[in-house]
Amino acid sequence: MLIRILPPNALRESDVTPEPMYLDRRRFLAGMGIGVAALGLPLTACSDDGKSAVLAPLKLARHTEEAGGEKVTEFETVSTYNNYYEFGTDKSDPARNAQSLKTRPWTIKVDGECEAPGTVDIDSLLAGTLEERIYRHRCVEAWSIVVPWDGFALGPFLKRFKPTSKAKYVAFETLYDPKQMPDTRYGVLDWPYVEGLRIDEAMHPLAFLSVGMYGKVLPNQDGAPLRLTIPWKYGYKSIKAIARIRFVETQPPTTWNKMAANEYGFYSNVNPHVDHPRWSQARERRLGELFKRDTLMFNGYPEVASLYAGMDLKRYY
Amino acid sequence: MKAIDRPLLAARIAAWSLGGIPLLRLAWLVWQGHLGANPVEFLEHYCGDWSLRLLLATLAMTPLRKLSGRSEAIRVRRLLGLWAFFWVCTHFAIYLTFDLEWSAAALAKDLIKRTYITIGFAAWLLLLPLALTSTKGWQRRLKRRWAQLHKLIYPAAALGVLHYIWLVKADLREPLLYLSILLVLLGMRVPWRGILRARSLSRSAP
Repeated sequence: MLIRILPPNALRESDVTPEPMYLDRRRFLAGMGIGVAALGLPLTACSDDGKSAVLAPLKLARHTEEAGGEKVTEFETVSTYNNYYEFGTDKSDPARNAQSLKTRPWTIKVDGECEAPGTVDIDSLLAGTLEERIYRHRCVEAWSIVVPWDGFALGPFLKRFKPTSKAKYVAFETLYDPKQMPDTRYGVLDWPYVEGLRIDEAMHPLAFLSVGMYGKVLPNQDGAPLRLTIPWKYGYKSIKAIARIRFVETQPPTTWNKMAANEYGFYSNVNPHVDHPRWSQARERRLGELFKRDTLMFNGYPEVASLYAGMDLKRYY
Repeated sequence: MKAIDRPLLAARIAAWSLGGIPLLRLAWLVWQGHLGANPVEFLEHYCGDWSLRLLLATLAMTPLRKLSGRSEAIRVRRLLGLWAFFWVCTHFAIYLTFDLEWSAAALAKDLIKRTYITIGFAAWLLLLPLALTSTKGWQRRLKRRWAQLHKLIYPAAALGVLHYIWLVKADLREPLLYLSILLVLLGMRVPWRGILRARSLSRSAP
């Protein structure tokens, strides 16, 4: 297949300022739009207080509610409470430290067992058709959020590279640059952060790649410019700041599994019946609520169950 | 009129501040709604951190007296210990309220299955008789056994630190800092000189 890499100054139909955005120029200017993005300029800019980044709004083709009508968590919560050890191990660290990550220029190298390997520019992905999906997100630490993610389905994206029959798994890798990621100096985890999915999991319609959330581009602390969003698995499977994707024949190593294999499995499906060795997974705290609620099997996405038919989920946790 | 014992007063103010200022700060944070995205976790960690800090401060008093030669350190030790117990109780109460909703069955399950909770609970249990017998009356009643009983603070502090180490996912830097301080404080109680002398004596023996 052909992957068109646009020259940095190319303009296309989608770059034309939509009329509502034109009519709402002030807000549009504050956020800086898709047109600017295609010019290769950073999508985030500092607001007057110099702290919070202004995030560009995204044009979304459709919205799908996939969280049973549950209340969406506040943006403030989702963007200030992050597990992103490259920028610190405290939940509040990434919001402070991840601003040092440069998300432009940014390319994603896709190779391995496929017929059409290539390199994709993030701006070409942002210029494509984007949709919003409201998903539950359950962390292995027993807290959860409901987030409107903006991006595109993972499966069709992967198919563009024509994976061969040898592509049994997909391996993902986060950027590793100690200059931009201050906390990678500490050997808390083995860098770069790596994750993986079985190919049929990756092709499942729920598997998603996010470039934004809440209708705007992703804040750096939430995984900009591109992150995986796998709603039926624990949060750490949804790898952030993806720089490389590989089709592989054997099960790829994954970061938390390397860290403690008895605690974090390759599959890491949300499962209230299989506890973490040190704590229970039966219940979770939805951020914004004080008391805990029951955790749902596959985080409330029973449609993925067929992927694991016949598997002992206590063994393949 | 009795003259004011200034050094003792200063030590008491310091001890009250160490235990009480974090409480005032916490009240302020609650009042302002500054507990972050996960208030319950914040409260648990805040109270847990201050439990360990106060326990270590309590354990620091005996070495401090040895080093400074001042008795004020020992005279505020009980106050610090009670503040430590206060913070442990707060930590425990928040867990019981928001994680377990005061369900005895849920507590029993956690105590059996979750080692770090068993350890934390054991630390609280060890501190309980120390807090109850901290009065002068009990000190008199128990006589020599009082000092023996209050040695329970050593296992309690060790269990407290272990409880923290056990629950951390990957970043052990902070719990290991607490562990190092604890080891230094306990190490200062070991009569190293006596041990070394005994060794050299046994070596020189025929």
